[in-house]
Amino acid sequence: MAEVADSPGPLEPQARHVVYCGVCTLPPEYCEFGGTAKKCEEWLEAKQPDLWNKLYSEAAQTEARDAERKAASKIQIKRVERNKRKHVTVIIGLEVFGLENKKLAKDLGKKFATGSSMTRSAAGTEEITVQGDVSEDVREWLLEVHGDKVPRGNIELIEDKKKKKADAAAGIV
Amino acid sequence: MFKKEIPTSNRSKVKSSVQRGLRQRLLEAYPGFEPYIEEIMPKKGSLEAVKLPDRVTLYTIDSIPLFFQPIDGPPIPHLKLIHQFPSALPTIQIDRGAIRFVLSGAALMAPGLTSPGGRLPEKENALEAGQIVAIKAEGKEEVCLVGTLKVGTEEMKSKGKGVVMDEGHYLGDGLWNMQLD
Repeated sequence: MAEVADSPGPLEPQARHVVYCGVCTLPPEYCEFGGTAKKCEEWLEAKQPDLWNKLYSEAAQTEARDAERKAASKIQIKRVERNKRKHVTVIIGLEVFGLENKKLAKDLGKKFATGSSMTRSAAGTEEITVQGDVSEDVREWLLEVHGDKVPRGNIELIEDKKKKKADAAAGIV
Repeated sequence: MFKKEIPTSNRSKVKSSVQRGLRQRLLEAYPGFEPYIEEIMPKKGSLEAVKLPDRVTLYTIDSIPLFFQPIDGPPIPHLKLIHQFPSALPTIQIDRGAIRFVLSGAALMAPGLTSPGGRLPEKENALEAGQIVAIKAEGKEEVCLVGTLKVGTEEMKSKGKGVVMDEGHYLGDGLWNMQLD
């Protein structure tokens, strides 16, 4: 079933002619989900240049879509209570803007002279945890140093008030 | 339905009387194939039946799969046939995020259809549970899944969660990869 491109033949003149990928056998637009995307692309480029142009020059379009997504997504700076009056600042969503979490964590640590690290949350997303309540300062710093990448409107400050209450309640019990 | 690879099994010629009956049933179930039936199942073509696991029979002509039929259900066209005649079946659309799961054989869930990327028919053309539908994906042209709806489209819209289709024929499954020649 490697080359079924010509299978309809003269028997079925009205049938739509569908090209299937010679590597993963799926229609080429689904190659990216077949697990052999790279090979599929090479195959298509060699065998079906027209289709290749259509599908993979659209890569540029997907990039444009990415840019849109960037505009829509937000950087969240959260203040999370640790111990009554101690807080940490959690920063989520930087990677969308092409910033490296690990490097940033280090820089932030240097800037505020506190512990700062990149952690992976249970959901698999990356976040930066900075010790101390520095949300406002982080925002200033981000805009100052990475202002070219991060639009001002996309930064969101969140104070975890709910959690505070819940924690307090837990403390009383 | 065909998550596992299907071993090549014996096939047998179908009696021409049975073939006529099948053709009739196919047309009843999918009036959309009417103009093309002579191309799909020429009267003289010799239809072959291939036994698949779970008491499903696959019908082919010249080693080209046409449709398969569970023992207790209507015939369902093979994806390759749908690709050739995409207008024959009612089609709904899933969003981009769901493609990955569909192509790995997961049950189709309602949020993939009700989200902005998905598309369901308007109320006037609502599809009932039990209907066989083709499922397209956001940003793609070809159909990636075919199967029987477990929930009507209006119910999907109102509920917005739960399984919509759990036993379908999807791109890259055992039936798709089956070697027929």
